[in-house]
Amino acid sequence: MDETAPPDLTPLDPRYKRVLRIGGAIHAAVFLIAATVAEIALDGWTGLFWIPALIIGALLVFGLPGRRYRSRGYRLGADELRVVKGVWFHSDITVPLGRVQHIDIGQGPIERANGLATLVLHTAGTQNASVSLEGLAHEDAAAMRDAVREVMRSLMR
Amino acid sequence: MPAAPRRTDPRGFVIKAIEGLRAAILPAAAFAFTRDGDSALLVGAIVGAVSLALSGVLSYLAWTRLTYTVGESDIRVESGLFSRNARSVPYERIQDVSVTQGPLARIFGLVALTFETGAGAGEDLSLSYLSAEEGARLRDAVQDRRDGGAVPAADGEAEAARLLFAMTPRRVFTLGLFNFSLVVFGAAGAFLAQYDEILPFDVWDIEGWNRRLAGPGAFLSGLGVVSQAIGVIVLLLFLALFGFATGIVRTALREWNFRLERTDKGFRRRRGLLTRTDVVLPVRRVQAVMRSTGFVRARFGWHSLSLVSLAADAGASNHEVAPLARAAELVPLVEESGFPPPAPDAVWHPISRIFALIEALARTRFWLLLALVVLGVQAVVQPSDTSGSPWLALVPVAIGLWKALRVGIAMLYTGYTLEAEHIHLRSGWLTPHLITGAREKLQSVEISSSPPGRRFGYRSLRLGVAGTGLTIPGLPTRAAHALRAELLASMRRRDFSRLN
Repeated sequence: MDETAPPDLTPLDPRYKRVLRIGGAIHAAVFLIAATVAEIALDGWTGLFWIPALIIGALLVFGLPGRRYRSRGYRLGADELRVVKGVWFHSDITVPLGRVQHIDIGQGPIERANGLATLVLHTAGTQNASVSLEGLAHEDAAAMRDAVREVMRSLMR
Repeated sequence: MPAAPRRTDPRGFVIKAIEGLRAAILPAAAFAFTRDGDSALLVGAIVGAVSLALSGVLSYLAWTRLTYTVGESDIRVESGLFSRNARSVPYERIQDVSVTQGPLARIFGLVALTFETGAGAGEDLSLSYLSAEEGARLRDAVQDRRDGGAVPAADGEAEAARLLFAMTPRRVFTLGLFNFSLVVFGAAGAFLAQYDEILPFDVWDIEGWNRRLAGPGAFLSGLGVVSQAIGVIVLLLFLALFGFATGIVRTALREWNFRLERTDKGFRRRRGLLTRTDVVLPVRRVQAVMRSTGFVRARFGWHSLSLVSLAADAGASNHEVAPLARAAELVPLVEESGFPPPAPDAVWHPISRIFALIEALARTRFWLLLALVVLGVQAVVQPSDTSGSPWLALVPVAIGLWKALRVGIAMLYTGYTLEAEHIHLRSGWLTPHLITGAREKLQSVEISSSPPGRRFGYRSLRLGVAGTGLTIPGLPTRAAHALRAELLASMRRRDFSRLN
């Protein structure tokens, strides 16, 4: 039941797969630690907790990142940005650039180590008021920000 | 106007000092009550006096350090005792100017002005307190500058104001009845939990209560079944009386002398008994119109109307413009807002039937689980107890089925209709609800799907509207994509800055 991104979308930077994998590894480590604690607390190493945790951890590190990466994409059109993401809960959001109020570029520590950035477009209002696009190369994000600004300026004129 | 920094009204700091004191009253009182002996009252008085002096000095210093400047293109406010803060808001970004007058300010004839910018809560610019005349002058000046007009100071709003909707005391009373609330008891409980140490006895001491009942209250247990039943009825009547009284008082405080007028600047709403609020909402900032009702008030033919605006109204982006009205009374309001009701022959596109069924079934899961728990408890814990019949499990089953029926039928009533300028979304069966949004004023379009949605071919369409969200759940996939394409085409026509 994998909903892969439609073919006319631009894929994200390949390094983003590694960032997703690191995130998955952190979650997997939490699972394994919890399972280890449970195994020690309920004495007798039965593997009742450890084996499922190991399977989930393996999925988080090796299975899911690839699928999550493939499910994501974006397209910057002449006057709109479309962002597609989600394996199970799939979302496909389109923002006309004429509605953008301001733009952020964010970088978390793992993103910075891999030279990636997140582009966030803010519109007025509350629901879906900010649309974030993760997994762009930092220089691409900056170029997109400038392009969006240019479109905003020409639309306002 | 020469851009000279001005100060707020000097009487304002007196009010702020008193308001600051209000926060100190409870600790001082607690001090006075918890300490035993003669010195308690004295200590309480000293704590109170020191709080008053401190609050007064701080308010005075803050007052001397706050200035505002009405510039050519923006309003600037500089404030702060230790950390200075300068905020500038361009006139084009001001969505709304609201004037508030609390009970204390009313005594002095002062008002608080808030310039709402559509930014998040707490990010707005506010000036408290100004004299009523200065407040009105500033509001008019800001609105005229923002609308790019000349500055007709004197004859501005009196001539064009036209009353659209007003609430008589009788209407306020009726609304109060619908706002039945037992929140007072919750608040009393919370108060007891917070300040139980200042009461002269221990509230949570069950033994103590028993002893008290055993003494003067002993006759209670001696009464017969009939008397106890009468007691329960009296208690229920008392609860009902309290609930209605709470509703009426709260509603009257909020809605007293509700007046909605159409001025040349937009909708002007005044309401409130002790705190009178005065809000002006420019017509073109309205993003959507919501017509809703409640389960009981719908049976009596009442509706309410709210305008969703870019600006926030005391934290909420819904501006209630008719809290309780007949359908006919809403017609001029809706026409004036520029969001006409759907045409009588409009074609309503329904949502997916399978989605309606799935949603309805999902509502029963909690109640079915509860029925299982009831059966399980009876089978395992008390198999010999005759008081619990297995038929008891039918109660949650019945509730679950009723919920499912309501949700399922409401879903069948849910649908949208698309017109040249607007999109209407209706929902609800016993409590009909209608949202009308302007197609050009939508901010974004999102299609989302879940695993069952992909299996059965439906999607959710979420439309970003400034101030609220508009979600059409469970649209057939092809309809969702077609609707998105149409909406995006109409959104592209104009830029945000031309719209608001």
